[in-house]
Amino acid sequence: MTKSNIAIELINVDKHFGAVHANDKVNLSVETGTIHGIVGENGAGKSTLMSILYGFYQADSGQIKVFDKDFRATSSKQSIEAGIGMVHQHFMLVENFTVLENVILGSEGGALITESLANARIELTRLAKEYGLEVELDIAVEELSVGMQQRVEILKGLYKGAKVLILDEPTGVLTPQESDELFRIFEALKNEGVTIILITHKLREIMNITDHVSVMRAGKMVAHRETSKTNPEELAELMIGRKVLLNIKKSKAKIGKPLLVAKNLEINNEQGLKRVSEVSFEARSGEILGIAGVTGNGQGTLLKALAGILPLTKGTIEIMGETISPKSRLNPEQLRNLGVAHVPEDRQKMGMIAEFSASETALMGYQNDKDLNQGIWLKKSLVKANCASIMEAFDVRPPNPNLMSSNFSGGNQQKLILAREFERDPEVLIIGQPTRGVDIGAIEFIRKRIIQMRDAGKAIVLISVELEEIMSLSDRIIVMCDGIITGTVNGADADEATLGMMMANALESPAEAKGAEI
Amino acid sequence: MTRDRRLSWINGLLLPLFNVLTAFIATGIVFLFIGVDPIEATKILIYGALGYDEGLGYTLYYATNFVFTGLAVAVAFHAGLFNIGGEGQAYVGGLGTALVALYMNPALSAWIVIPLAISGGLLFGALWAIIPAYLQAYRGSHIVITTIMFNFIASSLMVYVLVNVLREVGEMSPESGDFIEASWIPFVHDVLANFGYEVTRSPLNMSIFVALFFSAVVWFFLWHTRWGFAIRAAGKSNEAAIYSGINPKKIIVVTMCISGALAGLVGINELMGVQHRLFLNFNYGYGFGGIAVALMGRNHPVGILIAAFLFGILYQGGAELDFELQNVSRDIVVVMQGLVILFCGGLEYLYRPVLIRYLAPVEASE
Repeated sequence: MTKSNIAIELINVDKHFGAVHANDKVNLSVETGTIHGIVGENGAGKSTLMSILYGFYQADSGQIKVFDKDFRATSSKQSIEAGIGMVHQHFMLVENFTVLENVILGSEGGALITESLANARIELTRLAKEYGLEVELDIAVEELSVGMQQRVEILKGLYKGAKVLILDEPTGVLTPQESDELFRIFEALKNEGVTIILITHKLREIMNITDHVSVMRAGKMVAHRETSKTNPEELAELMIGRKVLLNIKKSKAKIGKPLLVAKNLEINNEQGLKRVSEVSFEARSGEILGIAGVTGNGQGTLLKALAGILPLTKGTIEIMGETISPKSRLNPEQLRNLGVAHVPEDRQKMGMIAEFSASETALMGYQNDKDLNQGIWLKKSLVKANCASIMEAFDVRPPNPNLMSSNFSGGNQQKLILAREFERDPEVLIIGQPTRGVDIGAIEFIRKRIIQMRDAGKAIVLISVELEEIMSLSDRIIVMCDGIITGTVNGADADEATLGMMMANALESPAEAKGAEI
Repeated sequence: MTRDRRLSWINGLLLPLFNVLTAFIATGIVFLFIGVDPIEATKILIYGALGYDEGLGYTLYYATNFVFTGLAVAVAFHAGLFNIGGEGQAYVGGLGTALVALYMNPALSAWIVIPLAISGGLLFGALWAIIPAYLQAYRGSHIVITTIMFNFIASSLMVYVLVNVLREVGEMSPESGDFIEASWIPFVHDVLANFGYEVTRSPLNMSIFVALFFSAVVWFFLWHTRWGFAIRAAGKSNEAAIYSGINPKKIIVVTMCISGALAGLVGINELMGVQHRLFLNFNYGYGFGGIAVALMGRNHPVGILIAAFLFGILYQGGAELDFELQNVSRDIVVVMQGLVILFCGGLEYLYRPVLIRYLAPVEASE
C-alpha cells in the first residue's frame, strides 16, 4: 500500500489519565475509502483514542497524521478543518431546531443566517442525493426517529467537509432494519471515497460491514485483522485475552406455575404519557421471559410498573398471590417483601447512588430489613458484613464495602446490584438491561447467574435492547413496539429477522389488524 | 494512607481550613482599605472572643445559636433541600417556647416546664417548615422561594402577636411579660458558682448542652438509622430513592419538619436562657448565619460545632472591634460572614485541584 493511501495514521500515541494508561503506544493506520472497525471492551481505550483524534484530548506523546499531514488538534474545530467528523453515541443535536438549522450550527457564517441557510439547503440536497441520505430539511429534529436523527448527524459531518467519519456505537439505538439501512449508507459513503471508523462492541456488525478491524485491550492495540480473514470467536478472544462463551449453554426449562400474570395493562410514564397498552403475559416459574424492543417502545415503562414504581392506569398484575390494579397499588418495598427483585435498567441513576459506599448501595431497598436494624439503630457492622458476603458471592472487585460506589467499574457496579437483588432469594426477578455497558467477561458471568436463577425455579422477566442477549437467554420472547405486544415467539424458534420485523411492527399477521405495511 | 483517605482529609479538613484562611486574608485586605491594621484588629478580635471569661462566655453563647440553625440547614441539605427559612422557623419556634414558658402553672417543677418549653420550640419550628415542605413536595413550589417568603410572614406574624396579643397592659415596647421562673435555663456562671468556681457573668447558659445533645442526635439519626439512610438516599437521587421503596415526597415533609424543629431551638438559648421574655427580632441573623455555618461545617455535626464556634468568635470579636476601633462598625462581622460564605460556599473547591495534585496524586495502580 502506498503512503498516500492512508487517511489516518497514529504512531505510538500515548495517553495517561493520572495512573490510568488509557492509550499505551497505540499504532493504527486507516486506509482511505475503507470501513475500519475498532472493537474492545469498555475501558479498553477506544473512546479515548477517538477523542484524541477529534481534539477533545491531547495525546501525551506520539504522532498523528491525517492525510499525510502532521496533525495535533487542541479543539474539535481543528479536527473538522482537517476533515474529521464524529457521530457521538448520544447525538449532539438541538431538538427543537430544524434539520437545516442543526446542520449549520457552528458554521453560521455571519450575523444573519438567511444566506448560509440557503447555501446549506443546496449543499444538503446534493449530499443527500449523492449518498442516499434523504432527510426532510425543515422538520424539527425532535419529530424524527432515532435512525433519522443519526442521518442528520452524518449529514452534519459531511456538510462540514468530513472525509473521515468516526461513529461511536452507532447501532445501539437502532432496530436491525435501521441498522441495515445505516450500513447501506456506509457502503454509499465508502464508494464516494469517505473513510469510516466504526467503534462498536457488536462483533456481528464488524463481520458484516468492515474491511479491516483493530482490537484494543487495556489501552493497547492488540491486533489488526482483515475482516475477511478473521471470525467472531477470534475477535472475542483478542478482546478479553481468553476464550469466552458468548452463547451460554442452558438446559431445557422446567416450567412450573405462573408467578406473575399481567392482564390488559395500560401504563403511563412519569410524564403522564401513555406508553403501554393492552399488554398481557405470564411469567412462569423456571422460565426466562424476554421482552424485546427498540429502546423507548414501552418496555422500560412496563418494567417500572412491574416493580411498583409506576401505577397502572388499566389492567391487573397478579403477583405472588397479590393483585395490583389501578386502585390497589403495591410500592417497591411491598413488592420486595413479596419476593420480587428488580434490577433496574438505569444502573447509574436508579440502581445505585454514586456517592454512597458500596455497603450503602447494597442496602438500597432493604434498609428496613429486620435483620439489619435493632430498634431504631441501623447496624452498620451488619450492613457491611452483608455487603461483603454478597460481594464475595458475585465476585465484585475490589471486595471493599467501604469504597464509594462510583469507584467501581461498570461491570462491578452491575454485579453488586445483581448480587443485592439475587442474594435475597426472590421468587420473581424483573431484570432490565443486565449487561448494558458491561465488559464481556462480566457479561458471561451475569448471564450464567440469570440462568442459575431460572434453574432454581424463579420466574424471570428480562428486558434488553440487545437482541442477541434476549435470544440467548429467553425461553419465550415477547416483542413490543409502540407500547403494544407485536409478537410472541418461543426462544428456540426465534430468529433475528422475524424479531426485527416485530420490533418495527412490520410483520403482516392476522392478529394484527392494523399492522403496518413492510 | 490510602488515596481515598487522603481525599477525605482534603475534603473534610484542609479544604474548609484553606477557605476560611482565604476569607480572613480577604477580610484583612478590607481592613487595610478602611485604614485599620489587620494584625492589630486580629489581636483585638481574638482577645475579645477568647481572651477572658466573659468574652469566651459570649462567644459560646452566640455559637449555641449557630449550632441549632447550622444543624437545621444541614439536615435539610442531606435531603437535597436548601432551607433558607431558618430565620423564620427560629422566630416562630421562639413563640412556641414562649407560650409554654408564659402560661404554664408557675408552681410546676423546672424538670417538667423546661422539657415542655423545649418541645414547644421544636413543635412550632416544625410547623413553620411544614407548609413550604408540603408546597415543595406536592405542589412543586421551590423551597428556597417559599422559605424566604415564610421568613417575612413570620416576621409580620410575630410583630402582630407581640403588639396585639402578648404585650402586657401598659407596656410600651412590643414584648411579652416575664417567663415563669421554672422555665429559666440556668446560666453557666451560676452553675459553676454552685461548684465553687467563680467566673464572670455572661449570657452563656446550659442550652449549650442542648446544642451538643442535638448535634449527637443528628449525627446518629443521619448515619445510623434507616430514616437517615432514606433521607440521604432521597437527597442524592430521587429515582434511586423511589426504587428503594422510599417516598421522596414524604421525605421532604419529614425532613423539613426536623429542620424547622432544630431551628426552633434558637429560642431556648435566647429566651429561656437569657432574656426570659419574648421580644422582637431575637432571632436576627442566626437563621442566615446557620447557612454559612452548615456550608463551612460541610453539613456534618462535628464540622458544624467547629464552624459555629468560629462564628461565635466572629460575633463576639466583632463586637469588641466595634468597641475598640473608631473606624470599624459591627457590620464588619457581616462582611466577614459574607466572605466566609463566598469562599466556603461559592468557591468551595477553589483549592481542590492544587491540593489533590500535591497531596493525593493519582498513584500507579496495580
